Amino acid sequence: MKGILKLAYKLLVNDKAKFSALLVGITFAVFLMMFITSMFIGVLNHSSATVINIGASMWVMDPAVQTPANSIGMPDYVLDAVRSMQGVKYAVPLYSGTALLKLPDGTYQAAAVIGLDDTSLFGRPALLEGKIENIYAENGFIAVHDADFAKLGNPHIGSEFELNDHRGVIVGMAKVSTSSLFGIPTLYTTYERAIQYIPNPRYTISYVLVEPKSASDIPEIKRQVQALGYLALTKDEFIQKTSDFYVYQTAFGINLSIMTLISFIVGLSVSGQTFYTFILENLERFGALKAIGTKSRALIAMILFQATFTALAGYGLGVGLCALLIGIAKLRLPAYFAMLTYANLGLAFGMVVIIAAISSYFGIRKVLQIDPFEIFRG
Amino acid sequence: MPDTAIKASGLVKWFGEAEAKTTALTEVNLEAYFGEMVYIVGPSGSGKTTLLSVLSGILRPNSGSVLVEGTDIWALDADRLAEFRLNKIGFVFQDYHLFPRLTTAENVAIPLILKRKDWDESVSEAVKYLEIVGLKGRAQLPPVKLSGGEQQRVAIARAIAGKPDILIMDEPTASLDGDTGRAVVSFVHGNILNAKRCIVIVTHDNRIYEFADRILKMENGRLTGIEKARHEE
Repeated sequence: MKGILKLAYKLLVNDKAKFSALLVGITFAVFLMMFITSMFIGVLNHSSATVINIGASMWVMDPAVQTPANSIGMPDYVLDAVRSMQGVKYAVPLYSGTALLKLPDGTYQAAAVIGLDDTSLFGRPALLEGKIENIYAENGFIAVHDADFAKLGNPHIGSEFELNDHRGVIVGMAKVSTSSLFGIPTLYTTYERAIQYIPNPRYTISYVLVEPKSASDIPEIKRQVQALGYLALTKDEFIQKTSDFYVYQTAFGINLSIMTLISFIVGLSVSGQTFYTFILENLERFGALKAIGTKSRALIAMILFQATFTALAGYGLGVGLCALLIGIAKLRLPAYFAMLTYANLGLAFGMVVIIAAISSYFGIRKVLQIDPFEIFRG
Repeated sequence: MPDTAIKASGLVKWFGEAEAKTTALTEVNLEAYFGEMVYIVGPSGSGKTTLLSVLSGILRPNSGSVLVEGTDIWALDADRLAEFRLNKIGFVFQDYHLFPRLTTAENVAIPLILKRKDWDESVSEAVKYLEIVGLKGRAQLPPVKLSGGEQQRVAIARAIAGKPDILIMDEPTASLDGDTGRAVVSFVHGNILNAKRCIVIVTHDNRIYEFADRILKMENGRLTGIEKARHEE
């Protein structure tokens, strides 16, 4: 069988024009599918930036919350009740909201403000400059040095701004793993300062962050929180809930799915058509092989090998090209969202397998139908 | 009496149905022996190629039987018949059907590769067959770089590479000029034919008749007579 496959390989790659056309078709399709889905996954990832960056194991929230960005305030007793629940190791409040800053040059800039528990500073970011204890200093805020940092006027430690007629001072620079989806800078401060500086409705706790004593306590905590009239989700569940919102309740999901489908159809059409033409052009030779004594299963193996080899080579090139372009884009545009994950690598691979399967199906059908007698007749 | 290589009895083959029905073979009986070169001649449409296809296990007859070295080839299933063709029968097609993207040696190696021999081993063995047909120096060239006569020799080398007992040649001189055609058939007669091999050739080129041991004439799907019996000359 090894010799047959080498024969199939030589017949394929020695026809340089056809092989190039096949590779270009599959590479282009994979590139499009990867690029579109990586944009989508990037958007979904950034939509859960707060959840990822804070890193709490469990999040307690109002059941009506759809994404981390639209938190609904909860009364203080929720925090006390959660702290009293069986299986809870500790629980802290988190403030998450937006505020309008007045910068030193007189311009206004919206910013996301995260208020960390004053006692524990649970969920604090890693600092690039400054000391974390300075967050307790008068009017202290820590700025996140991400793609939107420049919108704060490129502040340094000691830079000032106004927030709702309160003075704010930058006391540190931090880095986070995922920046915000909405293109606004992020500031960290203490919970108490956040609710003091930012105008708020009656209830001020955006989320209660919970650390269970063990993973086995999670179901019981969820049940007790539900009994209280609220919702407790693990970190992964909250990220999934956020993703589901963007996928199913906004136009993102359907539009990107349509684009992915179109790129799949384009790839299938180009590659399928080219592969079928390749088979048609070699039909007489396959017929000659059949006449000489090649069994049907050997011919099937040859065609499957050719389709699989082309698909995998095109997949590798498409993924490589996509990774290269995303890498270059991220170097030039720090806010660039696209990201490659096993999920979209898997999706593109699945679609390439389908392209190879459909292309080879029609090729195999044609080759099995050849009558070697036609070869004799010339 | 030499051993029988092929024995065909009562072969009938038609194409199409009802009003479109065309009879290509009518009660054809034939025997071919090892050590002889048999020609099947006749006008176009007389059924020569159909008979050759039926004899070589390519085209199933509507009735009748074909025994090749005593094996009823049409009683074999598709896989065993393919294997039988690979091991026992060598084909030289009218249009050669060489692979233009492979080298000459790789083309000749195909039957060996199909017999599951290692690629490199097959290609180096193929060079020996190219040497037999006088094309050793052309081993690395693609077939398109060769003349028509040379391509025909490559096709012959490919046909004999599988060491077949029976060689089937369909119009071997059709694409060649008179001298080249004669040279090719003369070469086959002198170098490829031996006591353990039977060669069946379909042709209507009377310039090569002199090399035939027997010439069987076909007309309207029937064998109508023996035009030449070399052994009787």
